[in-house]
Amino acid sequence: MAKETMIPIGPYHPLLEEPEFFKFYVEGEKIVDAEVRVGYNHRGVEKISEGKTYDQATFVVERICGICSTSHPFAYTRAVEDVSGIVVPERAEYIRTIIGDLERIHSHLLWVGLAGHFIGYNTVFMWAWKYREPVLDMFEIISGNRNHYNMFKVGGVRRDIKESDVPGLLKAIDDVEKFCNMLLKAVIDDPVIKARLKNVGVLKKDDAIALGVVGPVARASGVAIDVRKDHPYAAYDRVSFEEIVMEGGDIFNKAAIRLLECIESTKIIRQCLKQMAPGPIDAAVREVGSGEGIGQHEAPRGECIHYVRSNGSNNPERHKIRAPSFMNVPSFKLTVIGESIADAALITAAVDPCYCCTERMAIIDRESDKVLLTGAEMVRLSQAKTERLKNKCLY
Amino acid sequence: MSVLEQIKKQFSRIAVTEKNDRRAYINADNDTAKAIVVYAVNELRLRLSTISGVDTRPGVELLYHLAADREARVITVRTLAAKPDLEINSVTPEIPAAEWVEREIAEMLGVKFTGHPNLTTLLLSDDWPAGVYPLRKQSFESRQELKETEN
Repeated sequence: MAKETMIPIGPYHPLLEEPEFFKFYVEGEKIVDAEVRVGYNHRGVEKISEGKTYDQATFVVERICGICSTSHPFAYTRAVEDVSGIVVPERAEYIRTIIGDLERIHSHLLWVGLAGHFIGYNTVFMWAWKYREPVLDMFEIISGNRNHYNMFKVGGVRRDIKESDVPGLLKAIDDVEKFCNMLLKAVIDDPVIKARLKNVGVLKKDDAIALGVVGPVARASGVAIDVRKDHPYAAYDRVSFEEIVMEGGDIFNKAAIRLLECIESTKIIRQCLKQMAPGPIDAAVREVGSGEGIGQHEAPRGECIHYVRSNGSNNPERHKIRAPSFMNVPSFKLTVIGESIADAALITAAVDPCYCCTERMAIIDRESDKVLLTGAEMVRLSQAKTERLKNKCLY
Repeated sequence: MSVLEQIKKQFSRIAVTEKNDRRAYINADNDTAKAIVVYAVNELRLRLSTISGVDTRPGVELLYHLAADREARVITVRTLAAKPDLEINSVTPEIPAAEWVEREIAEMLGVKFTGHPNLTTLLLSDDWPAGVYPLRKQSFESRQELKETEN
């Protein structure tokens, strides 16, 4: 296959996070080989961080991801605290947990909505995004921002949750749970969605372990890993919640896991809001000693890990960042080969790297090396397949 | 027996520092480090979270972060890819999860992973000049070189 004739399709939106460029080699409808190129948005944050103070770097890492903007500060502050064993006050731990899990709900709902759009279920898309709004409103009540909450700092959090806000937040979280339950029933009981997503893009358990995938992608394949359970941190060991694990490894499992996790997250947030006792929210860290530290956080997409080395000065000597998608994206090669083109858009989106990936897909015919389909056409193909299934189920 | 004790038993001559009950660091030479990582991942079923590369004076320090999920512990195996060659055996043939991680380190810090099946460009652009490594500490010189190549 002569890769030189490859023509990238679609504009490279710099606004969207994680642009990836997939090349699929097809024979007829079937995908026989696949390649991926990433790095279009590599901003060298690890290097930028070396020039910032420990406080400033918190803001820098928050800008790594627009959707799960708390994952990186969470892991980063834990890494810095691990350097010299800084103990975070209990109330701050609760507030961190609330922010971390509110973010999980809004990120998962965003994905469910987009997955609905890909398979031609625009009602699911509109529901999921409508019910995501109250979550963003809760963020606004707590932090003043709908995204990029800037709640984290080394040694604690920046803002307290006001006692007067708690009843409103509790009511909002009840509503969110109701919505999630409704959405879950609507998605799981729908025969068309089941026929469309079951046994598509299966990632086997052995492959999931070998590739080291994390988060919902691993849990959908029967690998029970969750940083919140395995390496208890913040207030996750003070609340009760279930770790959702499924065996199938297909897209249906991945969707179901994300919806069930939303419901678990509402439980976590409710318990935190009720258990939180008044107290300090900041350990008032004066200096970070020399040494090294590792911080983990279960981001919506899986384990996010930061490594920080300090030489006792104001800024980190080395700051290594590993986002969960870095482990999850390579798994697409095993899941996509042998599937039809109509499913490719969905399978590559199933690991939740970012929806913009599909806009960068190009289908290449093995014999002529010609680019055949663009991202928009692929979404249309995927929606057409659902239509066919729908007609079959209904009539 | 905890995984750390099993590693200690299997490899007798290694320096283990237990920072606290959640973090342990093991210093080892290149071959032992690879043996420990492969043993930990393939026999003890630990998870290779990632590898951190740190540019230091004697070479690039590589830290293999192994997550022991059943014991709430992260074990870090530390070894040095010494200057001037920065060569080290790849763990990818034994541990597929390391493929992208090693490709990233090779691009960013210039470590040569011998035995890696696919050491091609992952993150940097295709026309990135050879021999310029953005995460090295002497990045100022690298930047000067980059400017010259651009001119």
